[in-house]
Amino acid sequence: MADQPKLFKVTIDNITVEVEAGTSILNAARMIGGDVAPPAMCYYSKLKGSGGKCRTCLVEVSAGSTADPRPMPKLVASCRTNVMDGMVVKNITSERVQDARKGVVELLLINHPLDCPICDQAGECHLQDLSYEHGAEGTRYEFPRRQFEKHNLGPYIQLHMTRCILCYRCVFTADQLTNKRVHGVLDRGDHAEIATYIEKALDNDFIGNVIDVCPVGALTDKTFRFKNRVWFLKPVDAHRNCPKCSGKVTLWHRGDEVFRVTGRKDQWGEVQDWICNDCRFEKKKTSDWVIDGPTKVSRHSVISANHYVDTVKPHEALPEVMGGRQPRLLMNIHSVSEVNKPTIDLSKIQGPAHSGDFKKGE
Amino acid sequence: MGRKLLLEKAHVPGIRSYDVYRREGGYRSVEKALKTMSPDQVTEEVKKSGLRGRGGAGFPAGMKWSFLAKPEGVPRYLVCNADESEPGTFKDRYLMEFIPHLLVEGLIVASYALGSNRTFIYIRGEYAWIVDILEQAIAEAKNNGWLGKNILGSGFDCEIYVQRGAGAYICGEETALIESLEGKRGNPRIKPPFPAVKGLWDCPTVVNNVETIAAVVPILNITGEEYAKIGVGKSTGTKLISACGNINKPGVFEIDMTISVEEFIYSEEYCGGIANGKRLKACIPGGSSVPILPANLLLKTAKGEARMMNYESLSDGGFATGTMMGSGGFIVLDEDQCVVRHTLTLARFYRHESCGQCSPCREGTGWMEKILKNIEYGKGKKSDIDLLWDIQRKIEGNTICPLGDAAAWPVAAAIRHFRDEFEWHVQYPNAAQNRNYGLAHYADPLPVAAAPKA
Ligand SMILES: Cc1cc2nc3c(=O)[nH]c(=O)nc-3n(C[C@H](O)[C@H](O)[C@H](O)COP(=O)(O)O)c2cc1C
Ligand code: SF4
Ligand code: SF4
Ligand code: FES
Repeated sequence: MADQPKLFKVTIDNITVEVEAGTSILNAARMIGGDVAPPAMCYYSKLKGSGGKCRTCLVEVSAGSTADPRPMPKLVASCRTNVMDGMVVKNITSERVQDARKGVVELLLINHPLDCPICDQAGECHLQDLSYEHGAEGTRYEFPRRQFEKHNLGPYIQLHMTRCILCYRCVFTADQLTNKRVHGVLDRGDHAEIATYIEKALDNDFIGNVIDVCPVGALTDKTFRFKNRVWFLKPVDAHRNCPKCSGKVTLWHRGDEVFRVTGRKDQWGEVQDWICNDCRFEKKKTSDWVIDGPTKVSRHSVISANHYVDTVKPHEALPEVMGGRQPRLLMNIHSVSEVNKPTIDLSKIQGPAHSGDFKKGE
Repeated sequence: MGRKLLLEKAHVPGIRSYDVYRREGGYRSVEKALKTMSPDQVTEEVKKSGLRGRGGAGFPAGMKWSFLAKPEGVPRYLVCNADESEPGTFKDRYLMEFIPHLLVEGLIVASYALGSNRTFIYIRGEYAWIVDILEQAIAEAKNNGWLGKNILGSGFDCEIYVQRGAGAYICGEETALIESLEGKRGNPRIKPPFPAVKGLWDCPTVVNNVETIAAVVPILNITGEEYAKIGVGKSTGTKLISACGNINKPGVFEIDMTISVEEFIYSEEYCGGIANGKRLKACIPGGSSVPILPANLLLKTAKGEARMMNYESLSDGGFATGTMMGSGGFIVLDEDQCVVRHTLTLARFYRHESCGQCSPCREGTGWMEKILKNIEYGKGKKSDIDLLWDIQRKIEGNTICPLGDAAAWPVAAAIRHFRDEFEWHVQYPNAAQNRNYGLAHYADPLPVAAAPKA
C-alpha cells in the first residue's frame, strides 16, 4: 500500500521493536516500556522543541543502522535522536550510560535545596524518582547551594527557583499555549533563572499548565500550597462542560473536599489534555464536576499507598538507602515540634496524622 | 621568512580605505569569480585548496560549502562568525581592523559560491569600533559596485549586514549565533538538523570564521592548487596566530604551518622568546579550550620529534600527549606562572559563559570552579583532584554543544600533565599562598608526568 508508513526495526537493550520512521529512540523505548525507557526530565511529547537539555535520557548507540553499522562515538540524547533501520541501542545494558546518567543526576542535585519535606511536589516529583532510581547515596558537593531572589508570579502560581532544573518545559508551554509569553529564562549558566521580566504576573487562561509540566516543585499551585501531602489525597478522574478546554481533569480529594485540580497524567507523567485556569483554580467543589472514576496510579507511587500502614520507619530505612552510612543529625525535630513523637507509631495511623493522634499517645 | 597571503598588505598606509586597497590589487578575486567562474567552480577551487575552517574545529571549508542544501525557492545564507571571544584569540580582530576590505572581498566571493544574497557578519559586541570600520568598508564596496544588485553585470545580487553580539562567548557557537542573529536568546540548537540544512530562519546556512572567509581571496587569486602547496599535509595555506602571555613580542603572526613550535616561540620573526629571560613552562597553543601542554611535550612529541605549528603535529599523540590547533590563540606561560591559578581562571570563564541549557555544563562548570578556587587558596583536599577529574569526565561528550568539552579539556589536561603541581598546592597550602611551584620538571626531556588516574 502506498500510504503505509515506513517501518524501522530498532533494538534497544536486546529487545527489537518496529517503529515508524521519524520516531525518537526515547519513544521507541517507551513502546517497549519498563526499565528500557530512559528517564526524561525535559522532553515532553506535547511540547514542540522540548528535550535535549537535561541529558538524563542519554543512551549508547552501538550500531547506527543496517546501512551504516558504525557505533556513534558519543552518548546521544534519546529524546532528540531518531531511530534508523537496524539501529542498536543500549540503555540499561550499557555501563557507560549508567555512569553518565549517575553523573547527570549528581549534577542536577548539587544545587537542589533538597527541601522535599516542605515541597508540595514531594511524592509526585520526577527528580525524586530519578534520584532514587539512578542517583548515588550521597553527594560529593560541599559548597553552599545556589539561591535566587524571589519573584512573585501572581495569585495562582508559586515559583521556587532553587528547585528548578531549567528543563524549559514551562517556557515552551507558555510559548505554545498562550499568545503572549511573559516568562522565560533570564541570565545564563548556573545563574540562569526562570522569571518574568519586570515582575509581571503570569496571567493567561492556560498558563496554569506550567504547573503540570514542571517536573519538580519549582512551579506549584498557590491555591493548594501547603494544604496537604499528595499521598493523602485520592485522585479521581472527572470532567465538566468547559467552554475553554476539554474539561477533563483529575480531582485530588480528601473526604468531600477537592484540594486541587490537575490535568490527567499518563504513565510518563505527561498530561493528556491541557486544561484552563478556570477548571484548575476556580472549580474546587465536587458539585462542579462529573466523576468518571478513580485515577489509575502506578503501584510504585507513594500516592497509591495513601496511608502510613506498614511503612518502614525512617531510622531503619536510612542506612539502607544511604549505602550503610548513618545520617547526620542536624536538628532533633522533637525538640521543637509535637509532630512525630518517638512514642507514636506512625505506621499504626490510617491516613494523615492529626494533632489529636499525638495527644493520645502521651 | 614565511609566505604571507592575508596580512601581506595589512600595513600599507591607508589600506583600510577602498582606493588604496583596490590599487593594491583588491577585489580581483571578485572579478575573477563573477566574470569567469560558476558558483560551483568557486567551491571546487576552495575544495582543492584544502582550506580548513579557522574558527577552531578545522573542518574543510570547501566540503562544508558543498554540503549546503539547495532546495528550489528557499534562500540560502552565509554568516561570517566574527564573535571571537575565546580567551587568547584576537586574530580576527586584527584582520578586520587593519584590512577590512579583505573580509568584505572574501564575503562577496563566498556569497556568490553559496548563492547567499543576504550575508551577515555577526561580530563580538565588544568590538564596537570595528563595526564602524566594517560598515564603512561595506559602504565603499557598494558605492564602487561590488555589492548591491547585479554585481559586475553577473546577475548576482548581494548585500552584507553587520550585527553586533551582546557579549556572550556562547554566541560564537554557530547555532547559538544563528539563534542570536534571529533575535532570540543565544542558546545552541540541538543538532541535527545542521545549519547546512536548517540554519538561519530555518534556511540552509553556512557559518564560517572571518579568517576562513578572508583566505578565499588568495585562494582565488593564486588558485586552489597553489594554495594547497603551501604548508604540509592537511594543513594547507597560511594561518593567523595570536600570540600572548610571557613572550617578548605578543601579537598576530601569519605563519605557513611549516615552522616548529620552538622556532615560533624563540625566533625574532615571531614571539622573540620568553620575556625577561625566563624559561618556558607551559603553553596553550590554540585558544583557551585546547589542552595545555608542559614545555617538554610542547616542543617535542611523545615520539621525540619536533612539534610543528600545524593541525596534525599539534594534535599528535591525541589528548594523552598532544593538543590542538584550535583557533590559533597561542598562550605562553613562563616558569613563574601557576598552572592551578591559570586553570581556575579558565574554569571561571567557562562557568560564566555556559548558556545553562544542559545540566552537565551548567552545574559542572560551577562546581569545578569552586573546587579549583579551594585548591588555589589553600583549602583543597587531595581527593579534590580526583573529584575534578571525575566531574570533567562527566561533562565531556555529554552536552549539547562543544562548550561543555571546552570547559572540561583545560581541567583534564592540567591535571593530566601538572598533577604534582595540584598535589603540592594541597600538601603545602601555606607555601602555595606565597610562592609558585615553579618550573619543576616540566621542561625536562621526556618521558614525563604521571599518567592520569582515570
Ligand atoms: C563555545 C564556542 C565558541 C565559539 N566561538 C567561535 C568564534 O568566536 N569564532 C569562530 O569563528 N568560531 C567559533 N566557534 C566555532 C563555530 O561553532 C564554528 O565551528 C565556526 O564558526 C565554523 O567556521 P569555520 O568552519 O570557518 O572554522 C565556537 C564554538 C564554540 C563551541
Ligand atoms: S520552572 Fe519547572 S518547568 Fe520551568 S524550567 Fe524550571 S523545572 Fe522546568
Ligand atoms: S554545553 Fe554548555 S554552553 Fe553548550 S548548550 Fe550545554 S549548557 Fe549551553
Ligand atoms: S529528556 Fe532527553 S535530554 Fe532531557
